[in-house]
Amino acid sequence: MTGTVRDAALPEFPGTRAEKCPFDPPPELQALQQDGPLTRVRLWDGSTPWLVTTHAEQKALLSHPKVSADVTRPGYPIQGPRTGGGGLSFILMDDPEHARLRRMVQGAFTVRRTESLRPAVQRIVDKLIDELLAGPKPVDLVEAFALPVPSLVICELLGVPYTDHDFFQDNSKTIIKRNVTAEDRTAAFGRLFAYLDGLVGDKLAAPGDDLLSQLAARVAAGDLTRAEASQMGVLLLIAGHETTANMIALGTLALLRNPGQLAVLRESEDPKLVAGAVEELLRYLNITHSGRRRVAMEDIEIAGQVIRAGEGLIMPNDIGNRDPSVFADPDGLDIERDARRHVAFGFGVHQCLGQPLARLELQVVYGTLYRRIPTLALAADPDRIPFKHDGQVYGVYELPVTW
Amino acid sequence: MKVTVDEDKCCGAGNCVLLAPEVFDQREDDGIVILLDAEPAAGHHPEVREAAAVCPAGAIEVAE
Repeated sequence: MTGTVRDAALPEFPGTRAEKCPFDPPPELQALQQDGPLTRVRLWDGSTPWLVTTHAEQKALLSHPKVSADVTRPGYPIQGPRTGGGGLSFILMDDPEHARLRRMVQGAFTVRRTESLRPAVQRIVDKLIDELLAGPKPVDLVEAFALPVPSLVICELLGVPYTDHDFFQDNSKTIIKRNVTAEDRTAAFGRLFAYLDGLVGDKLAAPGDDLLSQLAARVAAGDLTRAEASQMGVLLLIAGHETTANMIALGTLALLRNPGQLAVLRESEDPKLVAGAVEELLRYLNITHSGRRRVAMEDIEIAGQVIRAGEGLIMPNDIGNRDPSVFADPDGLDIERDARRHVAFGFGVHQCLGQPLARLELQVVYGTLYRRIPTLALAADPDRIPFKHDGQVYGVYELPVTW
Repeated sequence: MKVTVDEDKCCGAGNCVLLAPEVFDQREDDGIVILLDAEPAAGHHPEVREAAAVCPAGAIEVAE
């Protein structure tokens, strides 16, 4: 059953963050967490899936063998009208198909392989900071730094020409906005898919030393269809730049608003402190804030409730990461705390496959930007910073800075 | 301490390698876990316990 509970009083999901607290989850989520681990919410289409607000229950359900990530199953709590053009590859599939596809690209994101990219990422970051310092001020940090860093890195890794960045950044933005029509989202997806399909074709003809060429070789060997390869390319390209870009810009804003924390980070020579700050900013900022979504395949008993087969589940990491039973003073930013048990990358077999790369980029950025520009400051009224309240990925649209 | 890993469950997220690189590694082709040391020295026990706790796929078992 898809379970529409007829209770008009159910809270709507997703809510909106309070204007004065742009780094905190919506206030109603905080209230719901105090009431207990599970509650019903109402979505845009009137469906009433379970909302899971506590860290332990989120982890238990995200790693539960009878919980499905398959967006095509009845009862799956979809974010908006279904769109055409195919989905985002294996993130919306279950094993064994999910594992088959994920393992084809996972080798490119191992901890060891990723660490070998550190000098290249450092060069990219240093060069962009050189250009910032040589250019006019104030400047929009999003456009001049936060977006270029991960875009340059993922382009290099995938074998996508960076000169096309306006094209793929614009289409990615459309796909991950909340309030986009199904037609517009389908069209944007179609354009990115056609673009990646063309690149896979190029790599089939003339392979290079990049991940798309490895996928093209799988296509040539018959392990993967060309459409599967292109869909994976779209997923990696979007996930590879939008998320990290938002972490860079929103993280910088959070640190500028917490100057004591920024000073600790800027003055430390310890790579472990920088790595810890990355974990804490991941825990605190929660740029993915639309909730991990799943559907129960069998009845599941948890926290005194029974989730019936076919009922939808939403596990928002923004509230899971503010669970006071796991993180003391959860609404405080403390870059020296041990935040490693956060669920910012999700949990279960779908946990972010690019997390070593995200960590590396953020460590290099947070460890370099504020040291090289110690007087970095906001160049706008903090109340006028445009936040992505309408984004499936949260962040700021622009961040005017000076020094 | 005895450590076992389940390669079929592993999703290659790499948390264990990050926490305890002396005990865990990943296969180069598909990122799946490689157990380097099934009976790690006492000095590594805290990181190994943490690695088992944060493994998203529940692929690490620790017997003590």
